[in-house]
Amino acid sequence: MTKKEIKSVLMEIVAEIIPDEDLTNLKGDIPIREQVEMDSMDFLDIIMELRKRYGIEVPEDDYMQLATLDSSVAYLEPRMRDL
Amino acid sequence: MDYDVLIIGAGMSGLAAGIRLAYYDKRVCIIEKHYRVGGLNSFYNRGGREFDVGLHAMTNYVPKSVKLTPLPKLLRQLKLKREDFALCPQRMSAIKFPDKTLRFNNDLDFFVQEVVDNFPAQSDNFQRLLKTIFEYDELDLYAKPISAREVVGSIISDPLLIDMVFCPLMFYGNAQENDIEFGQFVIMFKGIYCEGFARPQAGVRQILDVLVRKYRSCGGELKTRCTVTSIQAANGRVESILLENGEVLAADKILSSAGYVETMRLLSNYDPTGIEEKAGQLSMVEFITVLDKQPAEMGHETTIIFYNKSDRFDYRKPDELINVSSGVICCPNNFQYKNPLPEGMIRITNLANFDLWNRLNEEEYKAQKAAWLGKSLNEVVKLIPDFRDSIVFTDVFTPKTIHRYTGHINGAVYGTPNKTKMGITHLENLFICGTDQGFLGIVGAMLSGISMANLHVLQKA
Repeated sequence: MTKKEIKSVLMEIVAEIIPDEDLTNLKGDIPIREQVEMDSMDFLDIIMELRKRYGIEVPEDDYMQLATLDSSVAYLEPRMRDL
Repeated sequence: MDYDVLIIGAGMSGLAAGIRLAYYDKRVCIIEKHYRVGGLNSFYNRGGREFDVGLHAMTNYVPKSVKLTPLPKLLRQLKLKREDFALCPQRMSAIKFPDKTLRFNNDLDFFVQEVVDNFPAQSDNFQRLLKTIFEYDELDLYAKPISAREVVGSIISDPLLIDMVFCPLMFYGNAQENDIEFGQFVIMFKGIYCEGFARPQAGVRQILDVLVRKYRSCGGELKTRCTVTSIQAANGRVESILLENGEVLAADKILSSAGYVETMRLLSNYDPTGIEEKAGQLSMVEFITVLDKQPAEMGHETTIIFYNKSDRFDYRKPDELINVSSGVICCPNNFQYKNPLPEGMIRITNLANFDLWNRLNEEEYKAQKAAWLGKSLNEVVKLIPDFRDSIVFTDVFTPKTIHRYTGHINGAVYGTPNKTKMGITHLENLFICGTDQGFLGIVGAMLSGISMANLHVLQKA
């Protein structure tokens, strides 16, 4: 997957987890949770969806890497490159 | 391993936990003793009618625009839509004490005004109480338990106002006599006064059907009429579960919603020392009356009334079969439905003594149910229009019935007062969810299942 594809996968996942939020103006460099109403339980679901869909394990210590869209893409790219 | 996770009990918490786990591809099986799911919040048929067991109203109702409160949280977590529960908000409820009445609906400002009007000297204090409540993180699993009587008593100086505020919170979710843990107080306060009551037109069945359907569609397995006989443990772990039908099941993790003491009792090497005394004591009786007209036609438009007739509100196990000096009067008709319910109904809840009920032989049991129905009605018709001539059918359920539905020792509606917030036990793969974990109310129960499934299963890679 390219970085662009990874980003669109992430957007799709976020949209599914918080279906009632408007994501059109979501900025890549600001923590997602500062831009939309999303709590720690919802955040956990991003990790769960990555596991469910792509078999990617994100250890608890790395959760912070997924704070913004950009940092998520950077973190996931080496893990999703060959998918 | 037969399963990744086995869940004991298909009540609100077990089903919610099951949905989370099944949705994220865990091999999960829920074991339920009864034919019907729901546990405390179930339904039954009598005289051609369907009655709810636990549910008077669902708490935590919020309009669609509100997002990060418990109800929308759990809908997101369970991948359900708001419409799935088909909730209809209440009309108006009230707390009635000898000299004062406080009304509340699903608008906190209205309730605050009622407090200010009735207790003008306490209006600043009440604002301070609200601030304390809003600043408290009630879902913090690591918080140390503190007494709500102490916290609230240090802010509000009128004991009558304290008792009145506590009354609905106690009846709708407190396992402890006379006091309530502050975290739970905050959960119940927000759920009842800040958010509010609602009910699906079809009653609790609506919620249960949605949960079971979702669980099954995620691939979860549900075994009903299936009783756990014992939990085999060795070397600090659960190794397997023995069912009544002789089957032995093994799972990586066990999530039990059967209650803390009740779960411990299932252990093959159970040691009762220090455990049995934790069992809860508070039980209730409920009188269900079906009427030949809509209660509103008789001038009764209130949804739920919490009443107390003594000087002080005494929330404890009564010394006789039932204490009719306080209680709850719920009218399932008085919610904002699109179409009225087919029949009028009034349900009365009072505190009751399990041991005394349990001692009666069958004949006495029947006679006492009838006698106390009369006594309870006598009190209730002093508060709402006398509906006794309109009653066409009655049913009573007692602490014994609650015991049968929930399996809780002493028919303790809300389980043990000593909650296990983190859900952990002395066995590394056995966890507690539901009533005895400590998030109460129907919404709380579901959140309990969700949190425990997240914390102990999903978050662990």
